[in-house]
Parts: sequence; structure tokens; C-alpha cells
Amino acid sequence: MQPVIRITDLTKTYAGGYEALKAVNLEIDRGEIFGLLGPNGAGKTTLINIVCGIVTKTSGTVLVDGFDNVSDYRETRSRIGLVPQELPTETFETPLNVCRFSRGLFGKPDNPEHIEKVLKSLSLWDKKDQKMMLLSGGMKRRVLIAKALAHEPDVLFLDEPTAGVDVELRQDMWNVVQSLRESGVTVILTTHYIEEAEQLADRIGVINHGEVIIVEEKTKLMRELGKKELVLHLTDPLAGIPTSLGDFELELSDGGCELTYHYDTKRDHTGITSLLAALHDAGIKFNDLNTSQSSLEEIFVGLVHKDS
Amino acid sequence: MNYNAIRAIYRTEMARMMRTVVQSIVAPVLSTSLYFVIFGAAIGSRITEIDGVSYGAFIVPGLIMLSIMTESISNSSFAIYFPKFSGTIFELLSAPVSFVEVLLGYVGAAATKSVIIGVIILATASFFVTIEVAHPAIMLLFLVLISVSFSLFGFILGVWADGWEKLTIVPILVIMPLTFLGGTFYSISMLPPAWQTVSLFNPIVYLISGFRWSFYENADVAIGLSLGMAITFLSLCLIAIWWIFKTGYKLRN
Ligand SMILES: Nc1ncnc2c1ncn2[C@@H]1O[C@H](COP(=O)(O)OP(=O)(O)O)[C@@H](O)[C@H]1O
Ligand SMILES: [Mg+2]
Repeated sequence: MQPVIRITDLTKTYAGGYEALKAVNLEIDRGEIFGLLGPNGAGKTTLINIVCGIVTKTSGTVLVDGFDNVSDYRETRSRIGLVPQELPTETFETPLNVCRFSRGLFGKPDNPEHIEKVLKSLSLWDKKDQKMMLLSGGMKRRVLIAKALAHEPDVLFLDEPTAGVDVELRQDMWNVVQSLRESGVTVILTTHYIEEAEQLADRIGVINHGEVIIVEEKTKLMRELGKKELVLHLTDPLAGIPTSLGDFELELSDGGCELTYHYDTKRDHTGITSLLAALHDAGIKFNDLNTSQSSLEEIFVGLVHKDS
Repeated sequence: MNYNAIRAIYRTEMARMMRTVVQSIVAPVLSTSLYFVIFGAAIGSRITEIDGVSYGAFIVPGLIMLSIMTESISNSSFAIYFPKFSGTIFELLSAPVSFVEVLLGYVGAAATKSVIIGVIILATASFFVTIEVAHPAIMLLFLVLISVSFSLFGFILGVWADGWEKLTIVPILVIMPLTFLGGTFYSISMLPPAWQTVSLFNPIVYLISGFRWSFYENADVAIGLSLGMAITFLSLCLIAIWWIFKTGYKLRN
């Protein structure tokens, strides 16, 4: 099946000379929920804004439903809904009016029933005639989601949808995302919380310094994330791994002075105790040890620490 | 063509005008009436007729032009500057619309307001003086042409301005002097010859002259020249906006 979005060799250099995207390649499947994970400044918003037409690309191509997003922008943009990271709102307008406006702007004829359904699904119906400036931040975000859904997009971008959002809205939002998925809408959300991607996404892409590092099924990625390694600094170098240690996933390096053991923190038995016992039995001594995480997890840990 | 988008923008902009009806309509009517009382009645009573037209009647076309020029610029510059300033413009930039729809919506609404204001001022003026319109069709053509052109100009200004200061400084420092010196309150022929020549470099002279011609058939420059100037100005603004949307100047990063 043709991917709903195909991004090829996409680069972006901002006017100041900053290279925000470096040859990004990405395919989004129809109907999936895709989590784009990356730290602040990684290029998530830049990527989304290019697809939506808000930022101009430097090179590369973006296809939406097979249409080029520059030469066939009417086709691509009418299929896309965007909920931006910031919360810009029309101060003096009402939720009902801005939704009507969005729907028209994206080329759809008036449909009060649809707008009513969208506003109700986001618990906004009783606020529909209030001036936006009187609404709280959470309510404004709801309105922005409602606006994006007002024109019935096939693809919905949620840029950091839960940054500074209360539990109730988060729940409403998850429900909306789930029901969108059931109706066949593709949802792409960016976040720097692993948990968020973990809860919702079918697939996860990790972006850092303008490069997509990895794209993987969530379940597979979660297994990867569990991997850790234990490094033992041996007192006397080994020529090879003794056969008595053959059951363990071991690697010898640094001229036989370093022994690395790969294990899975999510398994019931990490095997560390029995490895140490086996080393003792084989008479192998070590003077230091340290554990480290696989590089992917380092990125994640970096992300999580940055924001908690 | 995305007609629903044009309608959505136009409808929203017109609704904005209705919300601020005092500011949008009452204010220009009031200020024009004041000009009338001061220049038309108080001072004008001491001025003899100009080319066979009483001074009060003479200034009517100029006053209408003055109002629709400033109103067009301020309405459409604000209409596009505010979303840019608040960030809501992201939606316009991500929508399946070309500059044609955006212009028809925003500039169409701003120009509609101006034409309405122009007609209201004309009606207000007719309470003070007797006004004859010799060429109603040409009068209307000028009214629409100038409203549209200056709304386009305001749109460009709103896109270009990156602060409130810039937004207000151009109307005050450029447009207002040119309008006041453009023959709103006098005929260019009343100036010393040297200043008459200088005045011919002021494009607004041609616009006001042409509009006044449609009322009283007297003009500072030939009517064809006035029409030509109006159309040139309109075309220049259109080209500038086409370029803005093509390159994303000040709109897209
Ligand atoms: N308009 C801009 N001009 C120059 N640099 C920008 C602009 N917008 C974003 N950047 C830079 O591009 C990088 C990526 O930004 P962004 O896409 O917003 O990241 P993210 O959404 O992942 O936090 C950042 O380093 C940011 O400073
Ligand atoms: Mg961002």
C-alpha cells in the first residue's frame, strides 16, 4: 500500500544558516499513529511545518497521498489538519466561529452538525459562544484541535499535544485520537515524552539534530530499549572466551582486557549473578566494572532528564 | 478555486467590522462631518467658489477619498498583521488557498467596508451641501478602484510590518501628507507654478482629481491620466502581493 506521507531527502536550512533538517527520509503508513520522538530543537516542528506548508523546504520532496506538497499544495493541504505546538488564538472570536472559519478555509462547505460533533467530543459545546480570550490554556488547545478536525482531515498532526496539559484534557485527547484511528485517520504526534509515544503510537521515529535516527514498530523498539551492557575490566588479559562461559552473550575487546555482557533489563533474569559465579569458577578476576545503556536509550534518557 | 475559503475569510472579516461598528463606520463619518463643519462651513464660507463649485461641495470628493484611503489601509493592514502577530496565520499558510483567494477574502472585505464608508460619507455630506454627480458610473469606478488598491496596499503594509510602530508610521508619515497635499482641500491650480509641478509627482493628486472630475467635471489633470494612474497603482500592488506569496516574503521561513 502507498504510504500516506513519503518524505525523501528533506533538508531545511533556516535563513540564519542553521541546518534544522539533514536529509530526512520518512514514510507514514495510512491509518497508523506515528510518534515522532526527539528532544527540544531536534527539528520536529520544522518537519511538520514543511509538510503542512508553513515553512518552505530547502531541498527534497514531500508527497501526501502521492501528491507533491509544493506543486499540488491544494490536494495535500486539504487532506491535512494541524494542531500547532504554540497556542495562537483569535482573541475576540468564539470557538464556534473559528471552527466554521477553518472548515471553510480548507475548502469544505458549511456543516453545522459536524462542527457540533467535534465541539462536543472535546467538551467544548457549552463554551462554543465564549470569547477565546476568556478560555483557559487547556480550553484553547481543545479549540485548536477542534479547528483541525473541523475540515475532516485524513492526516492529523499533533505537535507536542500534551505539553502543559491537564489530565482531563489528556484523556479527552487520547479518546479523540483513538476514535480518529478507528475512522481511518492517520495521526502523527510529536513529543519528547517516551511514555506518550509508548501509550499511543503504533510506530515510533526518533529524531535528533535534524536526523531521523531510527524508525521502528513500538513493540520492537521497547524491547531494544531494555538492552543494557555490563563491562568488566579484567586484571589479566584473556586470549579468548573460555568455553565454560559459552552460554553468555559475551564480547572480548581492548586486547582481551575488557569483557562486555549484553543483557535485557526487562527480562525476569538478567543473568548477572550466574555470570559472576561462572567467572569466579573460571578464575577470571576483574578490578573494575561499569554498566551502560545502548546508545538509543542514552538518547531517551537524555530526553527524559531534560524535561523532568 | 477554493470558493468556500473566500467566503469564510470574507464572512469573518465582515463580522469583525460589525463587531466594531462604532470604530469602523461611526468614526470616519464623525471625523468627516467635523471637516465639513470646520472647512466647509466655517472657513469655506469665506472662500469663493472654485471653478464654479462652492468650497463646501468642492471638498466632498477629496474628503471621501481621504477617508477611504486611510480606512482601506488601516483595515486590511490590521486584518493581515494581527494574525501574523498572534500566530494564527499558521492556518492561512497551511490552508489549500492561493493568494487569489486570500486577496478576494481579506482585500474584498476591506474594500467593501471602504465603499460602504464612502457612500455613507457622501450621504452625510449631502446634508450639508448640494452635491451633483455628473458621472455616477465613473464615480463608482473610482470609488471601487481606490478602495481595492489601497486595501491591497494596506495588505502589503501589514505583511511587511514587523511591529505596531511600522504599521502606523507609514499611514502617518507617507499616506497622510500625500493625501493632504494631494488636493483634498484645494485645487492644484491654486498653487504657485513651482508647487504645481512638484504636486504632479504625487500620485494621489491624480486619484483625487479624477474622482472630483466624476462629480463636477473639473480636474487638475486629464481624467484618462487619473484612471491610468489608478490602474497602475492597482497593478503594482497586485504584482507585489503575487511576489509576496510566491516567495513567502515575511510570511514563511
Ligand atoms: N525560524 C527559525 N529560524 C532559525 N532557526 C530556527 C527557526 N525555527 C527553528 N529553528 C531552529 O531549528 C531547530 C529545530 O527547531 P524545531 O523544529 O522547532 O525543533 P523541535 O520542534 O524538535 O523542538 C532549533 O535549533 C531551532 O532553534
Ligand atoms: Mg517543536
